[in-house]
Amino acid sequence: MSAKVITITSGKGGVGKTTATANIGAALAKNGQRVACIDADIGLRNLDVVMGLENRIVYDLVDAVEGRCRLSQAMIKDKHIPDLYLIPSAQTRDKTAVSPSDMIRLCDELRPDLDWILVDSPAGIERGFKNAIAPADQVIVVTNPEVSAVRDADRIIGIVEAEEKGTPKLLINRLNPEMVRQNNMLSADDVVDLLAIHLLGIVPEDKNVIISTNQGIPIALDGKSQAGQAYRNIARRIQGEEVPLMDLDKGSGFFNRISSVFGSGD
Amino acid sequence: MEKFLQRIFSKEPSSADRAKDRLRLVLINDRTDLSGAALENLKDDLLEVLSRYIQIDPDRMQIDITQDGRQQRLIADIPISGPVSRKY
Repeated sequence: MSAKVITITSGKGGVGKTTATANIGAALAKNGQRVACIDADIGLRNLDVVMGLENRIVYDLVDAVEGRCRLSQAMIKDKHIPDLYLIPSAQTRDKTAVSPSDMIRLCDELRPDLDWILVDSPAGIERGFKNAIAPADQVIVVTNPEVSAVRDADRIIGIVEAEEKGTPKLLINRLNPEMVRQNNMLSADDVVDLLAIHLLGIVPEDKNVIISTNQGIPIALDGKSQAGQAYRNIARRIQGEEVPLMDLDKGSGFFNRISSVFGSGD
Repeated sequence: MEKFLQRIFSKEPSSADRAKDRLRLVLINDRTDLSGAALENLKDDLLEVLSRYIQIDPDRMQIDITQDGRQQRLIADIPISGPVSRKY
């Protein structure tokens, strides 16, 4: 068995790439898969805090690439789930410390012992992004239902296709079903219609994401939250299962919907 | 259904509809590297070339770029009024 490399990218910053990487990784590992998450955002390390592993870092990606440690020494074992690992980014200011061919070499070294390698891409379309997509077998583009994020997602999809990495899959993050109902937010259908790529999943806006990130525990491990469920569904889809999209309208009956049309709903 | 009801009860297009319409145009510009002004120039040039061969009423001519999946298509609908009158 050889691991598949999935790169999570977006173009625009702040749409939830790192949170998506941590949660898809956690959900896959929870399903018994062997997973490594690589933070490819050199100089702006963050996947470590989102996964709650910031206190365990000894070596990082740049140390491994430059041969200061063995690759296995840069792999931090997760606290909650067996077979989940993090390769943290470096806080060095030299963004050219890692090249696309370094990333390919590193992932090839990891492949035999894992099922999935998730690469958390930095925002933008520069070196860090090129590094992140170089080893990818598959690319996931994260966006929010919002004009600037959708526009940047479209640019990124174009670049990924031009780099012959195939058509990426779409993850719509922070969708607010209530605002969609009021016709004040692009719906998932609108976004899919505009970007014209396959939808991997929708993660609703959920305050529990902030709460769990505060604690350094991926929301995917929270059995009750909607966002956690959405990430678990996404992981199953990645594993090849057919999982229908969640009903995000739960708890809003017909009368709620009608009253919201007339402006009295909440 | 809701969106339908909302459309009946409000005169203004909703902000989501505005966002979608604006994005549609922006994405076409981004993907083709063709601005709205450049598209107008293209129409004028096309009209000039075509008028050498056929009679065209510019007001009835329609040229637009439409989205077809991740591909853009230049669609031209140009009714011909007749042949160009020959002077000899």
